[in-house]
Amino acid sequence: MKSKKWVAMLLAGGQGSRLGELTSDLAKPAVPFGGKYRIIDFTLSNCTHSGIDTVGVLTQYRPHILNSYIGNGRPWDLDRNNGGVSMLPPYQGKDGGEWYKGTANAVYQNFHFIDHNNPEYVLVISGDHIYKMDYNKMLEDHIEKGAHATIAVIEVPWDEANRFGIMSTNDTDQIIEFDEKPKHPKSNLASMGVYLFNWKHLKKYLTEDEQDSTSTNDFGKDIIPKMLDDGANLQAYRFTDYWKDVGTIDSLWEAHMDLLEEPSVFELGNPNWQIYAGNANHPPQFISKEANVTQSLVNEGCLVFGKVEHSVLSYNVQVGSGTIVKDSVIMPNVKIGKNVIIEKAIIGSGTIIEDGAVISDPNQRLTLIGEKQLISAESALLQSL
Amino acid sequence: MRNVLGVINLVNERPILKELTHHRCLASVPFGGRYRMIDFTMSNFMNASVSKVAIFTKDKYRSLMDHLGSGKEWDLDHRSQGLFILPSIHPDEKIKGDIQQFYDHLEFFQRATADTVIIAPGHHICKIDFNDVIKVHESNEADITVLYKDFDGKPVNRPLYHQLSVDTDGVVRDINLYTAPAKGDHICLETYVIKKQLLIDLIKSCIEYEEYDFLKDVVKANLKELNVQGYHFTGHMPFIHSLETYHESSMEFLNPEILHTYFYDSWEVFTKIKHEAPAEYAISSNVSNSLIANGCIIEGTVENSIIFRGVKVRKGAVVKNSIIMQKGDIEEGAHIENIITDKQVIITKDQIITARKKPTVIKKEEVV
Repeated sequence: MKSKKWVAMLLAGGQGSRLGELTSDLAKPAVPFGGKYRIIDFTLSNCTHSGIDTVGVLTQYRPHILNSYIGNGRPWDLDRNNGGVSMLPPYQGKDGGEWYKGTANAVYQNFHFIDHNNPEYVLVISGDHIYKMDYNKMLEDHIEKGAHATIAVIEVPWDEANRFGIMSTNDTDQIIEFDEKPKHPKSNLASMGVYLFNWKHLKKYLTEDEQDSTSTNDFGKDIIPKMLDDGANLQAYRFTDYWKDVGTIDSLWEAHMDLLEEPSVFELGNPNWQIYAGNANHPPQFISKEANVTQSLVNEGCLVFGKVEHSVLSYNVQVGSGTIVKDSVIMPNVKIGKNVIIEKAIIGSGTIIEDGAVISDPNQRLTLIGEKQLISAESALLQSL
Repeated sequence: MRNVLGVINLVNERPILKELTHHRCLASVPFGGRYRMIDFTMSNFMNASVSKVAIFTKDKYRSLMDHLGSGKEWDLDHRSQGLFILPSIHPDEKIKGDIQQFYDHLEFFQRATADTVIIAPGHHICKIDFNDVIKVHESNEADITVLYKDFDGKPVNRPLYHQLSVDTDGVVRDINLYTAPAKGDHICLETYVIKKQLLIDLIKSCIEYEEYDFLKDVVKANLKELNVQGYHFTGHMPFIHSLETYHESSMEFLNPEILHTYFYDSWEVFTKIKHEAPAEYAISSNVSNSLIANGCIIEGTVENSIIFRGVKVRKGAVVKNSIIMQKGDIEEGAHIENIITDKQVIITKDQIITARKKPTVIKKEEVV
């Protein structure tokens, strides 16, 4: 088989426990986003647009929805004769098998998958970030600088830097120090969780890391610091466009509100960089005579009879007459009755909100309603107390 | 229904939608915000698990082929079954009739493992449950079943439709070709069920006698010899025979009940998948009683209209009682009423275009 220039290993095993009830039935990358997508669509589409034709998706937690969603990879042009998308859950080998212990171990356990493709470079990305990035530019930079590894970084506000993996670099953007969630950050360049490695070099480190019983088998905590200790050439690749980690309920909501900014800060509809999704088929959205929709994203299959303001409606959402939906994210197949008020909330897929319910936190905090709930006017009232 | 072959017969199409059918066949005319007319028949076939479909095309079928692709959206990308597009094999000659074209591709019928054939045109907007049609066809032990619907459309003064006389047992006694129908007349839907072997035999014998019209020479000519049954279709189906009726039938889809029947009840209507983002409504948008497809950016006012995928209605623009097809761009301050814009039309800044009685079409890619 022809060897590949590069393969992508997409980490999609995270439980996403900080997304609460939204991930009770599915893995974080499978959480709906932006009205018609799932979070993983953004990284998969990045792979498509970057010309990567071999993607391994590492799954572990509740993979079923993700498995059936990704299928043969057709929506992302990953249904290839040679390569394409492969779902890689933990498996049993002749010496037994085990769960993925950490990000590095997950890739280590799929050593054979990568070797089989015999790539020069391995791109490790994660399935829970919202961004549009041409990985080719990163690869060019990587090759030009003769790096052993390149890590994509983005400037974050100084006061948030303690939430990220922070890189300190010299004036040629070579990484000299890496601190995971530092109390006193020395830089505001945060790792985006996008790593590009020379496969031969990475292979050695993954093997050693596996033998180190003190290691947590994590790229950020173990592999990168070890490479730095050994004096390897690690480069930071600066990314200046929109990037958002949607690992918490608040950040998931914020990322949705970012989509509604005028002028736009993150455009979904750019014809040159479409976000591909495993589309279901839905009719056009119907906006009734008495409806009023402003500063919102509305997907196909929606029937809107009420008022929708500064919100995202996913497919097949129904909004009854006299209802107001404001500053909210409504996931797929949610049915909202008449004279309902929903303010600053995320409503999980398939939930039914009955007539007259009021979902609005008196302290302006974000309200989360899980999937497939039945919310009556009474239960909404109890919840707000 | 693995033993049923679907045939979509475009050979008898006429370009009744004027500008909309100048460069595309009728089956390929956009309808309902994101569909093409043929999607309805394709989806009806799909609902009946028809896994092999042949489309007999006449002309102007490039956009149709582009739309249908491998048939994946209708579950037709099968190894042995699937979608077949069968154009005329005599591109230089005027076509003699649909039977000629069936005969030219007779091998397709002979090779198919199916024993029953459904033949339908490509432009009917309706949901016909072919499972039921086949069931009735079989329980009647019919040789041919002809679907009909009572005429409930706008009066037609041109002889566009064929009328059935059906007796109380449902047997078709006579067929009047090319009539201008009145309300309640049984209109032949040019949709038939027939056993494959019988179809092959009848095609061959027609060719022998130089007969080329399926309805006239296969169905009508054999009313006495064969058991020809009528199937009374009572569901919704607009009679579209002019731009006006096209416009009106489209607007019927702004009725939530009709929407429900077509899109939220029983089976779905499938169409080509595109990867447009959800529709974007700006702070300044003002939309009422309209269908909006994905990929649209709405900054202006839209009222009683159907907006296809990827349309932009810019600030201060007003769109009323209109149909805007794919990728139209209604620039700032433009005002249109009663207009059908074909794909990729640009209505430039501050233009005012209103049609009074009849809807006016703005041709594909025109800049006005």
